[in-house]
Amino acid sequence: MAHAEAHAHPATSTGIDNRKLAIWTFIGSECLFFASLISTYLVYRGKSLVGPFPKDIFEIPLVTFGTALLLFSSLFVVLALNAAEQGNRGKTILWLGLTITCGLFFIGMQVYEFSHFFHKGLTMQGNLFGASFYTLTGFHGTHVTIGVVWLLTVFIELLRGKLPPAKALNLELAALYWHFVDVVWIVIFPVVYLMN
Amino acid sequence: MTTSVLDRAGTAAIHQEKTGLWSWITTVDHKRIGIMYGASAFLFFLIGGLEALLIRVQLSRPDNTFITPEFYNQLFTMHGTTMIFLGVMPLSAMFFNFFIPLQLGARDVAFPRLNAFSLWVFILGGLYLNASFLFGAAPNGGWFGYANLSSKQYSPGLNMDFWAIGLQILGIASLAAGVNFFVTILNMRTPGMKLMRMPMFVWSSFITQLLVLLSFPVITVALIMLMFDRLFGTHFYSPQGGGDPILWQHLFWVFGHPEVYILILPSFGIVSEIMPVFSRKPLFGYAAMVFAMAFIAVLGFGVWSHHMFATGMGPIAHTVFSLATMLIAIPTGVKIFNWLGTAWGGSLQMKTPMYFSLGFIAMFIIGGLSGVMHSSAPADLQQTDSYFVVAHFHYVLFGGSIFALTAGAYYWWPKMFGTMLDEAVGKLHFWLMLIGFNLTFFPMHIVGLHGMPRRVYTYSAGFGFETLNLIETVGSFVLASSFLVFMYNMLKTAKSGAKAPADPWNGATLEWAIPSPPQEFNFPDEITVHGRDPLWEMKRANGGRLPEPQRVSGAGIHLPPPSIWPLVCAIGVTAVFVSLMLHEKTGPVGIVLAVSLLFLSIYKWAFEPVH
Repeated sequence: MAHAEAHAHPATSTGIDNRKLAIWTFIGSECLFFASLISTYLVYRGKSLVGPFPKDIFEIPLVTFGTALLLFSSLFVVLALNAAEQGNRGKTILWLGLTITCGLFFIGMQVYEFSHFFHKGLTMQGNLFGASFYTLTGFHGTHVTIGVVWLLTVFIELLRGKLPPAKALNLELAALYWHFVDVVWIVIFPVVYLMN
Repeated sequence: MTTSVLDRAGTAAIHQEKTGLWSWITTVDHKRIGIMYGASAFLFFLIGGLEALLIRVQLSRPDNTFITPEFYNQLFTMHGTTMIFLGVMPLSAMFFNFFIPLQLGARDVAFPRLNAFSLWVFILGGLYLNASFLFGAAPNGGWFGYANLSSKQYSPGLNMDFWAIGLQILGIASLAAGVNFFVTILNMRTPGMKLMRMPMFVWSSFITQLLVLLSFPVITVALIMLMFDRLFGTHFYSPQGGGDPILWQHLFWVFGHPEVYILILPSFGIVSEIMPVFSRKPLFGYAAMVFAMAFIAVLGFGVWSHHMFATGMGPIAHTVFSLATMLIAIPTGVKIFNWLGTAWGGSLQMKTPMYFSLGFIAMFIIGGLSGVMHSSAPADLQQTDSYFVVAHFHYVLFGGSIFALTAGAYYWWPKMFGTMLDEAVGKLHFWLMLIGFNLTFFPMHIVGLHGMPRRVYTYSAGFGFETLNLIETVGSFVLASSFLVFMYNMLKTAKSGAKAPADPWNGATLEWAIPSPPQEFNFPDEITVHGRDPLWEMKRANGGRLPEPQRVSGAGIHLPPPSIWPLVCAIGVTAVFVSLMLHEKTGPVGIVLAVSLLFLSIYKWAFEPVH
């Protein structure tokens, strides 16, 4: 008699969609990933034997701008999700487009920063600051890139008309991940750039 | 609901169990994935056992030259790595896969394709790790790969590259499975199965997944930095660049200690399933068992430094970690008393699974007692790096995990394969294993306390180690022979085993409510449960054993279609890591190709129609 239950999407025991719970679980796991990277950075803070040191090369205004971009993108993706749930296609395109643009600018900022630092002599091999800085921010940048690719994928689906309100969860999952990547940056920004 | 079945009856074909190699390669059925986990893990387990036998032959007499010191290093490293990551963990995963959905009354796991992905990444990671033998470059720095022994300077070959990368690949398999089972257990419970009604094996698996999810990211980061040190010349762990080798130890053991609970908790769950069924009594202290495991898991993250007393962290750290470690004895003791309380006053059915469960309890107590001895920092300084430690962790990992996993194999074999393993051969297996195990590992306590160091390829005559080492070697062959008996039992059963009924042990949990082996869709109808031992409650309501469930047509039941993309994606993941290892030879081309394959397979997977 319960054959049919397999057809319709069965209600889950918690009431939370499987995919959404999976993303939350994955984010919980990722917290430990970044916690380990950030701990390593903190353990090695001030332990570099040779320069360049953080105060020699950091450009706080540029990174602050990047941080602002990322924070705004979190707001935009909330607005995009809200519009998608209401079936407002135009607004969804606008806000999701802005989210992705912010993400791309952030990646651009990081590419510029990395190449700039590299020319100033900061390398993975040169000192502990270089190794722990590039590893931490590099893995964060990789996460941002994956987030942008994911959001772009949803954006293309949206443009092809395949994101009706019933499927807004597809955007919500990417948005959850995107928020997480932002939150990690909110930790990295003061720990790496401001606490010097 | 019924109308929907009738609606579909005309169009949907009756589900026929598909056969052939391709159907196994593309399967997303949790039961088939479980069987493949078991088969591949058992093969890796035999390889790990062979490595142990070679070690024992080398140590059978003093100043032996049976194998070279270099090869000896590879053997003990691969033995430890194999038994932990390719033996015990995936053997537990076999039971997670096969039995979590069945015990929950579910049709499959939450993400069937992700489940297949975990399996294939595990198999490829295991093959990759063992492929190192073909290059004569198996990992040789010990299973915990201490810095800076693992650095390019002291380990210039490919050996530790294989190790650092192999473990990252295997970690991905564990994390994917961790997310999957965490969601499955929370979300796929049949109506009425509240959290505090779940079978104890499901509870133990749930807590295990939590440990996996929180500890594997830490070793991933540690391994990434080791890989950067080795491949790209960073100085995370090398003092000449300012790095601190002790950082590796902290990160490793923040993972490593939860890992030992990842290895033992599923075994706790298996024994908690077997004890009630063969004592004909409900589990004693269900809630206490759950909270004891939760307590063990929480404390497990606060005791890692007891592996590092020898590094000299100072009296405060030593005291805190000693006390926290001693605390773990309390919930563990609770579990042992609850198992004994379950058996107490029960009408014991002395079948093979019960033999192995009781063997588990006895051996695990011995291992637990020597563990409490290590928790005292001054005592540990005397015992660390000696055979006493080797004795301890074999009593908990072999005497504990392997005894319980074997108990699980005898208990669940009828459900998995529909045949009964032979009882007489099973008991022979048990006695050989118990005697062989104690002959092998008990003398290690003594030689260890007398100062015999672990991981040294030989010892000189005259220290009083000769006789006991010879006994250990003889014991190891008795132990190995017990597994030959097990394999004989499996072959005999496959050829002429008695057909298993649905419920051979008069079980309490839902997997026994359906035919053996289960049909592809598990449960034709949804079951509502009203208590902790649902099948016993149904039998009570029925006034006796239930009628044998019949195989039914699965017409109208929607099952996820098979998919090749989990395997392709797993190959992509492995290719990315291999391309990193070979980046000096292939340049960026290899990396670009590997990442493209991974990218392509993820998209094919994401956009594959599943309905």
